[in-house]
Amino acid sequence: MRSIKYDVVVIGAGPAGLAAASRAKAMGVKRVLLVDRDREPGGILQQCIHNGFGLHLFKEELTGPEYAYKFIEESYASGVEFLMNTMVLTIQPDRQIYAINRKVGMLKIEAQAIVLAMGCRERNRGAVTIPGSRPSGIFTAGTAQRFVNMEGYMPGRHVVILGSGDIGLIMARRFTWEGAKVEGVFEIMPYSNGLNRNIVQCLKDNNIPLHLSHTVTKVHGNERIEAVTVSQVDEHFTPLSGSEQVIPCDTLLLSVGLIPENELSRDAGIHIDPVIGGPVVTDEMETTLAGVFACGNVVHVHDLVDNVTRESWLAGEGAARLVLGQQPTRDLVTTKAGSGVRYVVPHKIHVENLATRTTTLYLRVLQPEENVRVELVSGTKSLFSVHQRVVRPAEMVSINVPPKRITATAGEELMVRLVREGDKA
Amino acid sequence: MSTIYELTCIACPMGCQIKTKVQQDKIISIKGNSCKRGELYAQDEIFRPMRVITSTVRVQGGVLPVVPVRTAEPIPKDKIGVALQEIACITVTAPVKFHQVIVPNIADTGVSVVASRPLAAKEGGEKTA
Repeated sequence: MRSIKYDVVVIGAGPAGLAAASRAKAMGVKRVLLVDRDREPGGILQQCIHNGFGLHLFKEELTGPEYAYKFIEESYASGVEFLMNTMVLTIQPDRQIYAINRKVGMLKIEAQAIVLAMGCRERNRGAVTIPGSRPSGIFTAGTAQRFVNMEGYMPGRHVVILGSGDIGLIMARRFTWEGAKVEGVFEIMPYSNGLNRNIVQCLKDNNIPLHLSHTVTKVHGNERIEAVTVSQVDEHFTPLSGSEQVIPCDTLLLSVGLIPENELSRDAGIHIDPVIGGPVVTDEMETTLAGVFACGNVVHVHDLVDNVTRESWLAGEGAARLVLGQQPTRDLVTTKAGSGVRYVVPHKIHVENLATRTTTLYLRVLQPEENVRVELVSGTKSLFSVHQRVVRPAEMVSINVPPKRITATAGEELMVRLVREGDKA
Repeated sequence: MSTIYELTCIACPMGCQIKTKVQQDKIISIKGNSCKRGELYAQDEIFRPMRVITSTVRVQGGVLPVVPVRTAEPIPKDKIGVALQEIACITVTAPVKFHQVIVPNIADTGVSVVASRPLAAKEGGEKTA
């Protein structure tokens, strides 16, 4: 078996892996390797041909492939090495990676630091349990996206979309623009799970109806899907009898959420936060396994690639600091989700970093709110807060704490919570 | 004679429902927006709505059968249908360069359609003169 050695090995060459690898290289790490199972780098961005990427980072609306191109070029130029068509099978706790590749067979890669950037996968029909027959013609929205945008197939002509996630909304427009008829988007929640601009520019622009508090309650058809039954649901998501409506279709797309892909991480014994489905990380993006870092959708599902890139730069820096012997002192504070907050990333912050650099906290709220304060609290003491005019579960909130703005001691717990403006804490 | 337009603002996550009254190419009343950006959005959306169009075109001899394309700039919203029809008729030959011009003047807008990515030719694939 062939054995190779690198300083930093990044698993996954999507936006997270590309940013982490090129940043590690830019920090002065000698040998950086990017490993990916696909034929080419870029990850899922290559199938996201719509525009809207990079608005925050580059102040322009790039398409997915254009955004990927920038980072692929940067990685090549900085001297990152690529190992494509290679599937990582396992990561050992001593940072030995076993992988498989059609040309060389089994391969051992020894690394001083590893960055996990495997991204996420889509929830499928099994995850949402739709009763009825099991014909062909039911796709996750991302799979349909790959078929249409990269492989040149149209999966169908009469489409129903379950779930109002962004990929579903984007695909509603894409199918319409390719001449198909999208009958409607059905969302079980009383609010949409997609970005506002996608509701306007994908659905409203194309007169596609969005039905909130609705779900698919039956699939009809034997060989191929022929219709779905949709029903309205009550506040407990129970279908209301009498509200059923049969909609003929030849395709059902599911846009019902994404799950971080952490088989490798779990297998390596890395501690996973059950709320986000991804590794517990520090503000250097280091997991509970020393020398193993993680970033992007493998940690928590992002709605903007710009935030993936920012987070992955931190992971690349973190890995570089480890290799170069520049890691901060291991005095950590922990973060915790308080009222109104579903989760906070990172889970731990180096006290030293709070003094020397801006710390970004990413969080998601439990339900839509207006006119609130996101507050950082230690015990009963408020340390920092920012006003948010509106927060929605579908849009990740990021909070920047400037250097030296808060001081904390090792072991302290920082709670992040929502407070309605005008309410006393 | 005035026309009423209702729109959802996309300037921020708030998504204000804006109601406007328009008379002779001017907004005479606007309600529902909570900031100035809503007014600007309504102004653009009512009088000159623009969109970037993204699609794919067929490729001969490439590592993939299609290549993604975009309009280099936003084009008027009412030209989308014609633009998509023109794009649907095109086949290019690999290799395709990044930002290679695929259609120089789409739907007579003066805007070109360009490739969003480079696409290599398939090794041992069809050779075209």
